[in-house]
Amino acid sequence: MIVLYRVDERLIHGQVVVGWGNQLHPDRIIVVDDDLAASPWEQDLYAIGLPPRLEAVFAGVTEARARLAGWRAEPLRIILLTRDVETMRRLAEDGALRGEEVNIGGIHHAPGRMAVLPYVYLSDAERLQMQRLAQDGAVITARDLPGARRVGIDQLLGDGSDTS
Amino acid sequence: MNEPTPARGILLAHGAMAQGVVDAVRQITGVEEDALVPLSNRGLSPASLAEEVRARIGPGPTVVFTDLQSGSCGFAARTLAREFPDVVVISGVNLPVLLEFVMSRDLPIDALVPRLLAKGRAAIGCAPSELEAHDRVVSRG
Repeated sequence: MIVLYRVDERLIHGQVVVGWGNQLHPDRIIVVDDDLAASPWEQDLYAIGLPPRLEAVFAGVTEARARLAGWRAEPLRIILLTRDVETMRRLAEDGALRGEEVNIGGIHHAPGRMAVLPYVYLSDAERLQMQRLAQDGAVITARDLPGARRVGIDQLLGDGSDTS
Repeated sequence: MNEPTPARGILLAHGAMAQGVVDAVRQITGVEEDALVPLSNRGLSPASLAEEVRARIGPGPTVVFTDLQSGSCGFAARTLAREFPDVVVISGVNLPVLLEFVMSRDLPIDALVPRLLAKGRAAIGCAPSELEAHDRVVSRG
């Protein structure tokens, strides 16, 4: 089963492995990313330091869409990560993530992005992708860690004034 | 004959750890600021973090110390180590490693790095010391 869908440009890192991992007890982290799926050395870097009980799997979007139903049916507890909203939207096309909660966990400052939350900065293009992801049926909320306040899509796509 | 350029250190860590630990190193050793520079990953995208590290790489050898082996800090450092032959990454850093670094950074890098690793590993201990005998058999599940 997939216990968390998360957009986090840092992919496998402390908040995911420790913060969410201690809450959700995943057996596997699946990273959906076309570039990373074709880069064994980067995969090795991301997998360094993972606890022995936790495996990392890397897949491109096409492969991930083909395997999504199988991953959901598995007894293993899975965290699925993408580094950007665009990739999650491509994964969610045609309602593939309908009714699933997609966690926005970390999109940081970069040129062209505006602050929405301390850990979420969005460009106009990313706002558009987020709207399309929601139109495809995903339920979008932002939280960096399990104990943090859930922030809904209305606020994420609002005036961008909440940086508390 | 030219003296080798002393290594520069970059401490790359989560939250306020880098600044705090570097402050401690400077307080203890009085070393100049350029020898060891702190960098937090807070609020930085992977690309921005890599740029910040790249901007701090010294003219000679550079040792990038990270708190964790993996994660955003470890990933940025190890990616740059592939790009820059004079960059070495040491992860799981502790204060004794950094103290040793600032006192020994004029050594050739192939002598310096093993020395730092040995120092850091040897610095982990406990009291009462009898408990150290159990550290190989205790499983944390």
